[in-house]
Amino acid sequence: MATSFTIQRSTQDDLTILSLAGFLDAHTAPEFETAVEQEIEGGHRKLIVDCAGLTYISSAGLGVFMSFLEELRENGGDIKICGPSPKVLQVFEILGFPAIFDMLPDVPAAVRRYAECPVRGGE
Amino acid sequence: MPSVERKFILQVPSSTENLAMIRDFVTSIAEQAGLTPGEVADMELAVDEACANVMEHAYGRDLTKEVSVRATLDGDTVEIDVIDTGQGFDPTAVEQLDLEKLISSRRSGGLGMRLMKTLMDEVHYEMIPGKKNELRMIKHLRKK
Repeated sequence: MATSFTIQRSTQDDLTILSLAGFLDAHTAPEFETAVEQEIEGGHRKLIVDCAGLTYISSAGLGVFMSFLEELRENGGDIKICGPSPKVLQVFEILGFPAIFDMLPDVPAAVRRYAECPVRGGE
Repeated sequence: MPSVERKFILQVPSSTENLAMIRDFVTSIAEQAGLTPGEVADMELAVDEACANVMEHAYGRDLTKEVSVRATLDGDTVEIDVIDTGQGFDPTAVEQLDLEKLISSRRSGGLGMRLMKTLMDEVHYEMIPGKKNELRMIKHLRKK
């Protein structure tokens, strides 16, 4: 029984959108980690992670968001999270993500947020 | 009339690939016990976190080891025991740093335990050196 998880990549100007779908757990988190690493290596530091297709997230997935945040912000980038279902949003909220990360309802809102405030805390 | 205690056991090789099977097992039992959809989701995540901890820390990703998940229903509670025979690792003893400190130290340890404690009514850990380690999580059934 394999865990289903996919990542789709798209770009909009200097923003990279990673759209996650399926189950993000300890088994699939390394795939997400690699995807973020590749963006950073390619010089893409303004990331939007679209969680609309995500049906499940555990702390292993949340750890990926955390491990790259400082590096991105130190280099003028950020990770903005958008579109989580109520079930996935609850997990982000239990661990206090909304206090640290910009969390938006959808991709257009995340794009607008980058225009207003490229790096959270840098307003 | 007292409820009859029912036990269910799933034993799987220690591979994160099997977390999906564990989640399905726990979901099915939690539904059978009459938990609400939200409580079922809570239990699914708490057990996933406990098993992932065992696979990655207690067993250090040794795929030849096995993780057991034992569920006990007694009409008042759903009890889930996650049992391993690996290196004793007490997740309840992991220091609970706040998110900002974890990010600045580039660590993410302790998040799983924070979730388990939040999502379940009780979490206990017992280590029997040389024999087994057991993480017990309990959810009380809300009487309708």
